[in-house]
Order: sequence, then C-alpha cells, then structure tokens
Amino acid sequence: MIRLDAIRIIAEKAREDSSLLISNIGIPCKELYHVCDAPRNFYMLGSMGLASSIGLGLSLAKPQRHVMTIEGDGSMLMNLGSLATIASQHPPNYLLIIIDNGTYGSTGDEPTATSMYTDLAAMAKGAGIREVYTSYTQEGLIKLLENVKSGVIVVKVQPGNAQVPLIDICPETILAWFMGEVLENTDIKNAQC
Amino acid sequence: MDNSPSIAVLRGMKKAGLDFVVSVPCVNLKELISMVDKDPDIIHVPVTREEEGVGVCAGAYMGGRRTAMLMQNSGLGNSINALASLNKLYGIPLLMIMSHRGVEGEPVCAQVPMGDLTMPLLETMNIPFFVPASKTEAEGAIVEAMTTAQEKRSPVAILFKIGFWRL
Repeated sequence: MIRLDAIRIIAEKAREDSSLLISNIGIPCKELYHVCDAPRNFYMLGSMGLASSIGLGLSLAKPQRHVMTIEGDGSMLMNLGSLATIASQHPPNYLLIIIDNGTYGSTGDEPTATSMYTDLAAMAKGAGIREVYTSYTQEGLIKLLENVKSGVIVVKVQPGNAQVPLIDICPETILAWFMGEVLENTDIKNAQC
Repeated sequence: MDNSPSIAVLRGMKKAGLDFVVSVPCVNLKELISMVDKDPDIIHVPVTREEEGVGVCAGAYMGGRRTAMLMQNSGLGNSINALASLNKLYGIPLLMIMSHRGVEGEPVCAQVPMGDLTMPLLETMNIPFFVPASKTEAEGAIVEAMTTAQEKRSPVAILFKIGFWRL
C-alpha cells in the first residue's frame, strides 16, 4: 500500500459518511483532489504542520459534523503539541488519520524519524489520546474506518507518490466552496467522485 | 476588580461577538484567560504553541466561529508562516489579542528583542494593529479590530503594553 491507496479508501469513506475532510500540504492534497474532488474537502496548500489543528478547530466549531484530517508523518512531527491539545479536547466527531510512509514524500523522500525509532501511535497514546489504532493493510484500514469515528489512526504505507496534476483552484475558491458546504448545506451533497 | 483592564478587554471581546478563543499564557493575561475559560458563550482551547492556535482558529472560522487568540507578542514569531501561508493565502480573519512585553516597564531582558520587533514585523506582514492606551479605548479597539479582520479577511492585532495592565 502507498499513500494514494490509503487516500482512496479515506475519501470513499468520507463520501459515504458525508464527513468533512482536511488534507495535508503537498502531494497528499493533489492525490485527494485527483481521486475525489468535493466541496467537503479542504486542501491545505501552505502552513505545513497545521492540518491536524485545522481539523480540531473545525470539529469543535461544528460538533454535529464528522471531521477527518489526513496528516503525514513529517508534518505531524512538526506539530506534536497538537496531539496533546486533541487529547485534552477529545471531540467525539474528530478522527485524525496519520499516513506514515517514513519520508518527506513531497520534497524528495528524505527519511523522517518514523523510518528509524519514532512511533507516532505511541506518541499519540502518550499525549493522552484514548483511541489510537495502527493499520498496515488496505483491508485493515477499511475495517477500522467502519468502526472508529474519533481519536487517531496511523496508517503505515510504503513511500511513493502518484503522478497527479496540480490543484487548479485558487485558495479563496477552495475556502469559499468548503465553507459553503460547512455552513449552508447540512444534507449530503453531490460529491463528484 | 469590576473595573480591571482584563474586564475591559473581556467586555470588548463580548461586544465584538467573539465565541471561539485559543490561548497561550502570559503573566499579564492570567485573569483574562481564567475569565474566558469560565465564559459559557466562548469555546476556549488552550494550545501548546501560537502557530498551532492559528490553525485551530482557522478551522473554527471555517465552522462559522468568530475567533481570537490570547497570546504574548513573543508568539508572533512562532506564528509567522501560518499567518502568511494560511490566513493571508485563503483570506481567513483572526484577532490576535497580545500582551506586548519587552516595552517600557519590562523587567525581563529576554523579552526586549521581540518587544522591539513586534510592530515592525506586523507592518512588514501588512497586518493592521491597534494600541489602546486606556480601558475605555480597549473596548472600542477590539470591536473595530474584529470588524477590520472580517472586512480585510486578514489577521489583525491589538497590542496591550505593560502599562495597560497596571491601569
């Protein structure tokens, strides 16, 4: 399994459950845009490290909506304090999914600490997050997403990027579509999957 | 107590309709953070670092909230990339209510470098800021700053210098 396979599964689940989906900077955003563009997606184009924080703020502001964030290992390591804040707030409608390929995939596959000794699931538990799961296979991830609605899932994948095009929507439009979805339409929208 | 600087700031925050606040402590914000935490109309999220707070507030804004961050000016340095590549890029408002340390009356020398740099950094980033000198000014400035943040779709700062907290 590479990142794209995990994103496909997560996007399909988000479509099924009408979950709001925050995506991490770089190639993860582009891969999500490629496999399933929808107004329910927020593509974070800058601010590396803050995807998990944006998802947390959104889930606290909109407790009636389910929120998922696609985070990476390198970007999670950049904002580890976020795990402590998520543990303190523990919103029941927030699921943080860390796709861990052990590299900075968007910049040239330089190894991250998780390719050596660092265990992000253990760090999430240590931060105080009660529901922490690890998945190593596509089937395992599908099964976890059926049952787990909050806490953290670490998805272990092989390094590798899909060849996908740039996101050709401007940031203001991304935000406007996303906020239109969050604030006006609580019914399931027609996702363009 | 009923007329403390912290109460004036809270009154301004309520008038500005702020309903989602993140905080990183400063000794001058002690009373205000405690009041915000007890306020039933405000969701208060203590964060570990100001940059994280910028992200949490951005998400809350997307969920329809009116957001502010209680912080020390040193935290501006921790937030710059996020303020530029998240708030400025997408047009996300944020009110930064700052205790401005490292100015007249500062006993800690380590506060002085960021104290000196705070206004120049805000100017460079084209972030509007207000510097209320009295409790009466504070209330109006917070309301005006929030309106500016919404209209310009930008972060806006309010700097409360050391002297303000002794009024």
